[in-house]
Amino acid sequence: MNARLNQIEQKILKKERISAQEGLVLFNNADLLTLGFLSNFVRTALHPHRRVTYIIDRNINYTNICVAQCDFCAFYKKVGSPEGYVLKKDQIARKIEETIALGGTQILMQGGLNPALKIEFFEDLFRFIRNQYPTIRIHSLSPAEITYVAKISRLTLEQTLIRLKEAGLASIPGGGAEILVDEVRRKLNANKTTTSQWLEVMETAHHLGMKTTATMMFGHIETLEDRIEHLVRIRNLQDKTGGFTAFIPWTYQPNNTKLGGEKASAFDYLRTLAISRLMLDNVPNIQVSWVTMGAKIAQVGLQFGGNDFGSLMIEENVVAAAGAGFRLSLDEIKRQITDAGYEPHQRDMEYNLLN
Amino acid sequence: MDPLYIKNSSLIDLYDKIKSGERAGFEDGLRLFHSNDLLMIGKIADHLRRERNGKDTYFTLNQHINPTNICRNSCLFCAFYRKEGQQGGYRLSLDQIRRKLLDRIQEDIHEIHIVGGLDDGLPYDYYIDVIRLVREIRPKAHIKAYTAVEIAYLAERSGKSWGSVLDELIDAGLNTMPGGGAEMFSSRVKRKLFMDKLTAEEWLKIHALAHERGVHTNATMLYGHIETYEERVMHLLRLREAQDQSGGFLAYIPLAFHPENTKLHKLPKATGFDDLKNIAIGRIILDNFPHIKAYWVMLGKKMAQIALSFGADDIDGSVVEEKIYHMAGSDSEQMLTRKQLIGLITESGFIPVERDALYNSVNREVA
Repeated sequence: MNARLNQIEQKILKKERISAQEGLVLFNNADLLTLGFLSNFVRTALHPHRRVTYIIDRNINYTNICVAQCDFCAFYKKVGSPEGYVLKKDQIARKIEETIALGGTQILMQGGLNPALKIEFFEDLFRFIRNQYPTIRIHSLSPAEITYVAKISRLTLEQTLIRLKEAGLASIPGGGAEILVDEVRRKLNANKTTTSQWLEVMETAHHLGMKTTATMMFGHIETLEDRIEHLVRIRNLQDKTGGFTAFIPWTYQPNNTKLGGEKASAFDYLRTLAISRLMLDNVPNIQVSWVTMGAKIAQVGLQFGGNDFGSLMIEENVVAAAGAGFRLSLDEIKRQITDAGYEPHQRDMEYNLLN
Repeated sequence: MDPLYIKNSSLIDLYDKIKSGERAGFEDGLRLFHSNDLLMIGKIADHLRRERNGKDTYFTLNQHINPTNICRNSCLFCAFYRKEGQQGGYRLSLDQIRRKLLDRIQEDIHEIHIVGGLDDGLPYDYYIDVIRLVREIRPKAHIKAYTAVEIAYLAERSGKSWGSVLDELIDAGLNTMPGGGAEMFSSRVKRKLFMDKLTAEEWLKIHALAHERGVHTNATMLYGHIETYEERVMHLLRLREAQDQSGGFLAYIPLAFHPENTKLHKLPKATGFDDLKNIAIGRIILDNFPHIKAYWVMLGKKMAQIALSFGADDIDGSVVEEKIYHMAGSDSEQMLTRKQLIGLITESGFIPVERDALYNSVNREVA
């Protein structure tokens, strides 16, 4: 095994791409520090400066009504539930104004698959935001929502994306990817999109010139093979389009979900972060997830492939509903970065530095 | 042959020095604290850890008893103490302690850990009787009791010497002493944060007296407040020197300062980098300490698990009713089960060893 590990290590140090098989060998056998060293090597080659970036934005969950009812979700309410809501325009406007006041540059609107909200709702909302708050980037709607809006509006995916883009949608967050293996998605009851639907939304968006991110939610029922397959699918699409700006692996939060279970360990998180950096040689940025792991592990993640501290996240409701309770202030984010020996820089969605 | 990422590290000379068996000096310690090459610091510590302990990683099943939180001292970093009559103050009667022990009598507890406040409202004999009571109820358990600060206090209260107090406690059933109260040996820090406590010399002397009597002890360092890196390294070097003389220390436990609910609440919490550096640099400098403990109650189970790859070989125990850190805002759970502790260790690629207070392996078949 050591010879095999050595061989893979040499490939990485020569900046060659590793195969799924090789990624799996590392995942199963390399010790924690070795994965740290290797991912840090790749990270440093891609980002030789000592910068760590962050963004100031706000998650706005415009609705919690969702027909998908995934087993791992603690946020959704069924259609007709008394706790279901759709935010009004003036509520959204107020949230955006608060975001701007805190130095925010972007809103991340995500909600549920709500049968009452067809494309006109989003066109109207995006136009309103663009006219009222031209400096705010609309980075919104996960592939599941876009697929669903297309379906209930009887439009093709491309027509939907073109119309949303014209209305002001600038880029698409990578949520809802979960694990891009259909068998796992079926078991999780993640009926919102298939693997190929998720990838198709991203591919179409990239062809229309829209950048997106990609995520992976791990630590539930999936195997390490499934995680590697997920990473390979992202890597393959990125080879074709180059449209992903960042990858964000984060751990499943089990509280209040139907699926239940335990939270993944910090050990598993750091390894997965490192493997993501090693497999995704074509995705420029890897984010650490302080929201699910806490500031300490997120900071340590900067030595395990992470080069971005994610978002200040002025508001977050979805993983908070499932037990992720960490909050950080802007000063605290900057301190975490500086304390690890890096320079903190605010960025936008496309990783342009803002300071 | 070291791989590229090791060879190119700015700490490679130090790695080679340590591997050749040389000791880290003051300048080396400073360099390590100033370095941000966290992985390489971990690598050096991991090398020493594997030389000494292999993959063995210790845990224990213990019960904490904090008999009183009424304390005549008012250390600025403490959220546990109360003054007589103040809300939240408590003092357990011997009967209450008896009940706490009996509540868990069915459990296979190896160690009873007893520390508390310097309570002028309790008679000297109470402190002795607590030990006697635990010995009576748990004849086989190891009793790890009273920091050096409490020993000095009891000597003062009774007019006896430190040695006589220790003799009485040993006679009552005390086996080992915890490492608390060392805080930071720097007299500058002491003047600012814990005026009333022992000087470094006093703390070290009491531990030396314990070691002379065959009582093993632990050592701690409280970091992440107003101390400098120089002060940290000096603290570690003084511990190493004391250990060279007596060999009586079992484990070193770096303790992160938890600012919440203390008078220093404006200070930021120690970062993940700092927690791991303190574990690793502790392992590197204290080459004569058998064990480095990642005390999960203080670090949280996430950081404690990662610390195992950064030089720690002990994760402490399943702790029920820990009050001192939790009152200062530690958000860790009150308890991890044996199964959870074993899981944390095994997942990280190490071998779990259930231990007694002297690091003898127990319950091999269960683990």
